[in-house]
Amino acid sequence: MVLAELVWLVLLAPLVGVVVLAAGGRRLGEPRAGRLGTAAVGASFVASLLVLVGLLSLDSHHRAVEVSLFRWVPAGDLVVDAAFLVDPLSVTMILFVTGVSALIHLYSIGYMGGDENYSRFFLYLNLFVFSMLILVLGNNMLVTFLGWEGVGACSYLLISFWFGDEANAVAGKKAFVTNRVGDFGFLLAMFFAFGAYGTLDYAGILSGDVAQSTATAILLCLMLGAAGKSAQFPLYVWLPDAMAGPTPVSALIHAATMVTSGVYLLVRFNPLFEQASPWVGEVVAAVGLATAAVAATIALAAKDIKKVLAYSTISQLGFMFVAVGVGAWTAAIFHMVTHAFFKALLFLGAGSVIHGMGGEQDIRRYGGLARAMPYTAATFAVGTFAIAGVPPLAGFWSKDEILAHTWGANKLLWALLLLAAVLTAFYMTRLLICTFGGKPRWPEGVTPHESPLLMRLPLVALAGLALTAGVLNLPFTHDTEFLGQWLEPVFAGAHAKALGYAGGTKWILGGVAILAAAGGIWAAVAVYARRRVPAEKVERQLFAEAWGFDEALGDFVGGPGRRAFDAAARFDAGVVDGAVNKVGTLVRRTGERLRATQSGFVRRYALGVAAGAVVLLAYFISRVSW
Amino acid sequence: MTLAAASSQAFPVLGMLVVLPLLGAAAVLLLPRSRVELVRPVAVLFMSAAAAVAGWIIVEYPVASGGFEMIVDQPWVAAWGISWKLGVDGISLFLLALTALLFPLGALATDPGHDHKAYYVWLLLLEFGCLGVFSALDLLLFFVFFEVVLVPMYFLIGQWGHGNARYSAVKFFLFTMFGSALMLVGILATAFLHASATGAPLTFDVVEIAQAQSLATTTARWIFLAFALGFAVKVPLIPVHTWLPDAHTDAPTAGSVILAGVMLKLGTYGFVRFGLYLFPEASRYFAPLMLTLGVVGILYGAIVATMQTDFKRLIAYSSVAHLGFIILGIFALNTTGLSGGLLQMVNHGISTGALFLLVGFIYERRHTRAISELGGLARPAPVLAMTFMVVMLSSVGLPGLNGFVGEFLVLLGAFEAHRWWAVAATAGVILAAVYLLWAYQRVFHGPARGENATMSDLRWRECLVLAPLLALIIFLGVYPRPVLDRMEPSVDALVAHVEAHDDPAGVDTAETEPAP
Repeated sequence: MVLAELVWLVLLAPLVGVVVLAAGGRRLGEPRAGRLGTAAVGASFVASLLVLVGLLSLDSHHRAVEVSLFRWVPAGDLVVDAAFLVDPLSVTMILFVTGVSALIHLYSIGYMGGDENYSRFFLYLNLFVFSMLILVLGNNMLVTFLGWEGVGACSYLLISFWFGDEANAVAGKKAFVTNRVGDFGFLLAMFFAFGAYGTLDYAGILSGDVAQSTATAILLCLMLGAAGKSAQFPLYVWLPDAMAGPTPVSALIHAATMVTSGVYLLVRFNPLFEQASPWVGEVVAAVGLATAAVAATIALAAKDIKKVLAYSTISQLGFMFVAVGVGAWTAAIFHMVTHAFFKALLFLGAGSVIHGMGGEQDIRRYGGLARAMPYTAATFAVGTFAIAGVPPLAGFWSKDEILAHTWGANKLLWALLLLAAVLTAFYMTRLLICTFGGKPRWPEGVTPHESPLLMRLPLVALAGLALTAGVLNLPFTHDTEFLGQWLEPVFAGAHAKALGYAGGTKWILGGVAILAAAGGIWAAVAVYARRRVPAEKVERQLFAEAWGFDEALGDFVGGPGRRAFDAAARFDAGVVDGAVNKVGTLVRRTGERLRATQSGFVRRYALGVAAGAVVLLAYFISRVSW
Repeated sequence: MTLAAASSQAFPVLGMLVVLPLLGAAAVLLLPRSRVELVRPVAVLFMSAAAAVAGWIIVEYPVASGGFEMIVDQPWVAAWGISWKLGVDGISLFLLALTALLFPLGALATDPGHDHKAYYVWLLLLEFGCLGVFSALDLLLFFVFFEVVLVPMYFLIGQWGHGNARYSAVKFFLFTMFGSALMLVGILATAFLHASATGAPLTFDVVEIAQAQSLATTTARWIFLAFALGFAVKVPLIPVHTWLPDAHTDAPTAGSVILAGVMLKLGTYGFVRFGLYLFPEASRYFAPLMLTLGVVGILYGAIVATMQTDFKRLIAYSSVAHLGFIILGIFALNTTGLSGGLLQMVNHGISTGALFLLVGFIYERRHTRAISELGGLARPAPVLAMTFMVVMLSSVGLPGLNGFVGEFLVLLGAFEAHRWWAVAATAGVILAAVYLLWAYQRVFHGPARGENATMSDLRWRECLVLAPLLALIIFLGVYPRPVLDRMEPSVDALVAHVEAHDDPAGVDTAETEPAP
């Protein structure tokens, strides 16, 4: 038996967690429910390692194992199995998903302490991990969609976890509905794909040959789906609001894992980019670039620590979409993995700060926290420098790889993306300084304190990963590009595009990227630590209001949108039903003239029908011989 | 047993299923006036017995059969060719089961409050009629059952309903009467024209008439319209839908459950059995019209549902949207779409039945259905809120729960047949999330004030009623195969039947879809 076929174990562990927590979570109580949930995900991580070992033992061109559990939907030509695909791409995904999830579960045992729905939190979290694993392991589009919607539902449940506050409930609903707009695209993509290939299996789709227009349609529809889930323009509006959920949720779902599934989906469909019109890639890259740049400007003016990180996530996802758009598949996945480490770290750090500050999230009321929370400050600094692109931290390597590929594709794209990278370094340094540096600006009666060990452990572990994950794919020689080699079979259909320029340029570009990071950091230090420039000059009102897009959208939905729906409802009650009642009145008036007594007309008629039916039945029952 | 089931001489298990509720009604009537407390147990006993028989039928039904099984055929009025002919195939099998399941649950769920005896007698008669409709294979017998259904529902709404119950009951009755009057004309015309065309003796046998296809194309199209109008009111299709929100809202809980869960399917089932099967060419001819009405229903129903202020009315309008999906699947006229439509009939019965039960439970506690007066109910009633969440997500069509597979097949089938209709209908998937999640947020989330803060959670009996529905919601989402496998042979046969009687030479070829 092949070890990789144990993939069902990866899924089983969180499922057991879900079932046990649903059945007896309340009885388990705190902290046992949390420990159980963490153990389930930990077991899933161990199983993922086994699967990795199993896959590594295979020859690199046979590293695609399909495991089918049962037939899910058999209807006519459509036959869909509950089947899973174990290949380098999906194994990469399950490893970092279960790994980061386990750490965040561990953190949550402490963070959620004392919450009245403690066990339900872990139930939802385990359900999320289960759905996410289904998403990345699916062997066909429908199973992927099952996970895709499942993570969306869990996201909804967890954003509105503290439902007593109306705002949280609204944010949850907004996330679900916005994602549904994306799902509309995913569904259409499945219809197109089934029409073209007669199957929804990846094996059939990705090795098939279709007309250019079909491939284009499928990819554009998938792009809509990906934009919804991965918060790309214009569907990003739900993610900042999603910060209403508990902070571990923001770290796990809205930074490290779920929001990357759009990138995963497009990378999974990489062979189709070869067959589609060339401008599809340009669309993806343009959307990514616009999102990366705009979100970065918003992040540099945001006042809420979690909002800064949320816009930063949107921006970083934009980087990954640019990578997908230029065909740099490995770079996209590489950045996804490193981003999962440092962004989860930053969010958990933010959670630690919020915890220590008694729930305060406004960075204008922080300051000088480094002394009170040394672990949090140190790990947060690691995260900041990682995302800013300071070598040799993880973020430098992955971001540089995206920039390097962008240079080969389009110089303007490269320049603008570099600008977004400068902004990244700037706003993250701003956040670091405002939170941990300078003098305390704490509100009355708050005494910040460091978080307990259970919460510090995941911070340290993630900081270690954010420091070192660059070794996954070092660009020095082909032999050190481990991730690239590992993933190569997945991209065999569409050869990962070579850089297209000499090695010397690569080093110069790397140097430019380092200068960009340094420049961003230097500027932020100048503004926020040395106060050479007033902060208001940078934090434009336009940026703080998120370019007014979300508000305009809200105004439209609440204004003309709502009025149109209202008009439809009034039309139904007034015109359609009104006409019915008019006819009714007319008939009755005519009837009144024809007949003297009217009362109970229908009732009597109904009884008449009943009596008639009974007589008929009695008659025929008497005729029937059993 | 399989052998025996195929022959009409064997034990008439299907006849027993249909007649059990009638016997139950008689038994309840015979109960002494002093033993009111026995009424419900006796009624539920008979309903449960029918459910057990339905379960037996599912087990005994030969999976690979595409034709009618367990046929009961006795002449009734031999001179007119009317017979007591019942049969079950993959199309009606699960509708019978759904009916047999929802009735006992509805009967157990809430107490009528007054006139127990009459209430349960009407409920049992209603079940008798519904089971009859789904199994009748004789046009006139079908019509009798179709009419029988009306009366108990009229009284259930009028006497045990809330709000403007009398008005809603009359409206329901008149609307459906109007539809079925035309249908009767259609039935008689079909039988007489068939007899005169073939020269055979007069018969109302559905199978015989459908196989012969003896009617002239234009005639068949007119008769199809007569049937279609009757069914359109029942489904209901826009614009003859306005009885539905009134009837659903004002009916007692069990009435709403049965109305939405079972009775709306009388219309969609009618379209399949007496539209597609009897008039394949006409169905094909009118498919664009029906698809349009289906898509309009999906979008319009969802939009109007969004703005409702009455919780029950909102769910009622959601049925308009869901039934639009079913019509879309049926008139895609391919295996995928039709299977999806049939599966969705069952799913809608389960999910919307459960939704009406839950709303009924809330009404019993809070005595209001106004969304604005509810709020924050998840705090005092977490189990109720959680159950509602699962059912809601199933209604929204979340994969892994029952609503998804049917909806997906419908849309996929429609996309194969008529791409743009399917694209418009898929947008309805977004709207479904809007109206249900918004309602959920206003009713269950936010702070709980006043009486909302002290509302009691689900009781044991209520949990027991919901448990089978919840189990089915998850089971059919994960493993719909037992249902799909039994449906498919019949669906394939029906699709082949429709395709075999395609547009006869020379008639309005311009009306059909241009060749790709």
